[in-house]
Amino acid sequence: MTYAGHVLNHLRKDIQIEWRSRDSINGMLFFALLVVVVFAFAFDPTAAMSRQIAGGILWVALLFASVTALNQSWTREQRNRVLEAQRMSPSPPSALFLGKALANFLFVTVVEAVLAPLFIVFYNLHALGQGWMLAVVMPLGTWALVCNGTFFAALGLRTRNRELLLPLILFPISIPALLGMMQATTGILSGEFEPGPWIRLLIAYNIAFTTVCLLLFETALSAE
Amino acid sequence: MTRSRIYGLAGFVWFLLTIAAIVRATRLGLLVAPTEATMGNVQRIFYYHVPTSMLSLLFPYVNFGASLCYLYWRSRDPLKALTADAVAIASAEVTVVYASICLLTGMLWGRAAWGIWWTWDARLTSMLLLWLLYVSYLMLRKLSATGQAHTLAAVLSVFAAIDVPIVYMSIQWWRTQHPAPVFFGGPDSGIDPSMMPAFKWNVIGWAMWGIFLLTFRYALERRRQQIEQDNALQAIEASLEIAQ
Repeated sequence: MTYAGHVLNHLRKDIQIEWRSRDSINGMLFFALLVVVVFAFAFDPTAAMSRQIAGGILWVALLFASVTALNQSWTREQRNRVLEAQRMSPSPPSALFLGKALANFLFVTVVEAVLAPLFIVFYNLHALGQGWMLAVVMPLGTWALVCNGTFFAALGLRTRNRELLLPLILFPISIPALLGMMQATTGILSGEFEPGPWIRLLIAYNIAFTTVCLLLFETALSAE
Repeated sequence: MTRSRIYGLAGFVWFLLTIAAIVRATRLGLLVAPTEATMGNVQRIFYYHVPTSMLSLLFPYVNFGASLCYLYWRSRDPLKALTADAVAIASAEVTVVYASICLLTGMLWGRAAWGIWWTWDARLTSMLLLWLLYVSYLMLRKLSATGQAHTLAAVLSVFAAIDVPIVYMSIQWWRTQHPAPVFFGGPDSGIDPSMMPAFKWNVIGWAMWGIFLLTFRYALERRRQQIEQDNALQAIEASLEIAQ
């Protein structure tokens, strides 16, 4: 079987499990919605104000929501010692990682697709910049969160307090990516500055960290 | 004399030399160096702030190098790998200590010179992020089980090392308020020659202190590893006796 075949197999398995339970998508969606509502109480979302803060709020909501789901995504593999079986299987470990990361990427994208209209309604949003560029920023930002998040969730799999550990190591590493996606989104919504450099930063970040994740996943999986 | 005695003696001599260097550096910095023209005595914190910030940018490289060595030796030579791991944890802790001192002295100076404790300027933010990265590294070590802490921490150290240049670049784009670099910052940069001895001695003194801390922590970690190995060995021997 080719490498792509292994990745697709893992991806299909994860989508199937998620389709049957829909746990993580529902959980993420409701969690993100709650964060958006809570922030609406903290800042008075008038049209001018929301353009300034919406980029930040949207990504913070997605960041928190995806952390809750990322922890779950590896716990599934631990039931019935599936993970041990996968470690012994001849398929490359990075294919397991890539399949899982792509599945998580899809789930978060679904959440974004549902959340975005609600967000626009709640915060009276109307992009003053080039709105279509959000279609570039959203997938890039999501991949930046999900790729490292999936890796660190696997890293913390056998540690004490793994729910606590994931944000503790994911957030500091992700800060340049968060800065990039928040600035790019704010730039597009407010039209005050060019999102171009921030999109390039996100691309560079994604290339660098996807490579490292693929190279080091085997080491992290068989850490003992 | 046994080898550990010689190491102990060398460490003690190094410690005395370090104390001497720091005493000399403090005298030069607080008493001998001339008072700065515009900032007055507040400027003297520069002699602590700049050396510690320079060193807190240096120790992460030690940590990264040791982590790479650990990953390389992990399956090839486990005993060497443990040595590399002891260097990695020692340098990470010294990094956090020096970065904290750098941030705290910077805040004290900022309060006096700018009137604010903190500002989200490029250099301050990058240093804060460096501090956060290494604190998260130590948290990971603390929270992971003993068998895997080394590997997981080494992997995270590689991530941190890749993150640092990206952080630096992105924060540069974001904003800038810190005074321009005093050294190598253009034709007007540099300090008065009369301030140079104080600065140099502070760099030497605090570098020696950092090396002392690092070595001390390294020796401590090696002893902890030794005890762990002895315990494991005893447990194996005990289990063999029961089997017979």
